[in-house]
Amino acid sequence: MIRVVLPPHLRTLAQISGEVTVSIEGDPTQRHVLDAIELRYPMLRGTMRDRATGNRRALVRFFACSEDLSNESPDAPLPPEVVAGKEPFLIVGAMAGG
Amino acid sequence: MTAVRLLVGTRKGAFTLTADGTRKNWEVSGPHFGGWEIYHVNGSVADPDRLWASQTSGWFGQIMQRSDDGGRSWQPVGNDFTYAGEVGEHLWYDGTPRPWEFKRIWHIEPSRTDPDVVYAGAEDAALYKSTDAGATWTELTALRTHESGPRWQPGAGGMCLHTIILDPVDPDRIFVAISAAGAFRTDDGGRTWQPINKGLRSAQIPDEDAEVGHCVHRLAMHPSRPDVLYMQKHWDVMRSDNAGDQWHEISGDLPTDFGFPIAVHAHEPETVYVVPIKSDSEHYVPDARLRVYRSRTGGDDWEPLTNGLPQENCYVNILRDAMAVDTLDECGVYFGTSGGQVYGSSDSGDSWQPIVRDLPAVLSVEAQVLP
Repeated sequence: MIRVVLPPHLRTLAQISGEVTVSIEGDPTQRHVLDAIELRYPMLRGTMRDRATGNRRALVRFFACSEDLSNESPDAPLPPEVVAGKEPFLIVGAMAGG
Repeated sequence: MTAVRLLVGTRKGAFTLTADGTRKNWEVSGPHFGGWEIYHVNGSVADPDRLWASQTSGWFGQIMQRSDDGGRSWQPVGNDFTYAGEVGEHLWYDGTPRPWEFKRIWHIEPSRTDPDVVYAGAEDAALYKSTDAGATWTELTALRTHESGPRWQPGAGGMCLHTIILDPVDPDRIFVAISAAGAFRTDDGGRTWQPINKGLRSAQIPDEDAEVGHCVHRLAMHPSRPDVLYMQKHWDVMRSDNAGDQWHEISGDLPTDFGFPIAVHAHEPETVYVVPIKSDSEHYVPDARLRVYRSRTGGDDWEPLTNGLPQENCYVNILRDAMAVDTLDECGVYFGTSGGQVYGSSDSGDSWQPIVRDLPAVLSVEAQVLP
């Protein structure tokens, strides 16, 4: 099971408390994780990835295992620790603005 | 007993303010969607408990919320505002072509008759319609793909479709306004559109007959006279007596004719309200005095309304969607400020009281009368 931590505003929007877990067959990627999250919580569509382009929204960042994975290919395999459920996949609202 | 509910959108959430018909004591509820920019909250005339909120964020994009119980609970509905067909290009600030890019919904306009039908105005400018209570949205593409579209250019606040007026008599007629393209009208339910900007004069546009390019800030109409439109333009307060075919200036004796909102009295079609702002480079009220100006002659002759409003050290702005009237016998007038105050008048503007003083900056105010 892959553990996902959403930013507070998206947890509120989806009425989630705490982590979300998703189960993905094969070699999980960012795209798989986001697809699974959006399938379960349709109200989150468009909040992490742009509706028109499918790209990560500019001020949404992805972290795991103390690494910034935001600019990794969405189809790159996730770190083994994330796949094993030892480390969470963090979806973060970038620190920006005032 | 009759009640009034104000729907207030702010930089950091939505609020509802409720009072009985005397409009003296107000109950404040909120913030709803705390921390999000709420560009607009509006209610259905056909079903006053059905509310809509445009919830947006630079981080997480556009959410559309619907309430079916007067704002006690909300549910997110469809937020797919994809442009239909070829996206096309408009002019960027530097005059170069730039593809349309959806940013947010500025204005929500529910149908006057069907609570499941609602329109939404977008930045970059486009008009959407939902006929299934917000589950899905369909763009009325003929507006964005108007032959003048490639010449549209954003105003300082973005290229936003901020005003939608549904003709109360002719269901096929809709007026919209876009900064800084101008005003447009459809007479066939959105299949075709025509710019309605004749008579507008904008110093930045050398061509006095320019079809588009005018920075229209707001349109207003009295439902009993759908051919009469009032406009607060970037500079100039304007009026049309033929549904926008021709405009003439009614700024008259206003201290400045720059501003954002314009509203019409609920029962007096010739009574109009504006809030003059010092200038386009100084977005606050002139002379540090908050004055609503009222014309009871359809324009040109204006009187300042100051009773109950701060008359010193005041430097607020009132945005285009942040003024509304109610329909009680003695018309209520309301507006919200960039300083977070919402002021109300229960006597057509003769006197004012602060309903709430310390909200986040107010983006929009709508008024509902509840049975």
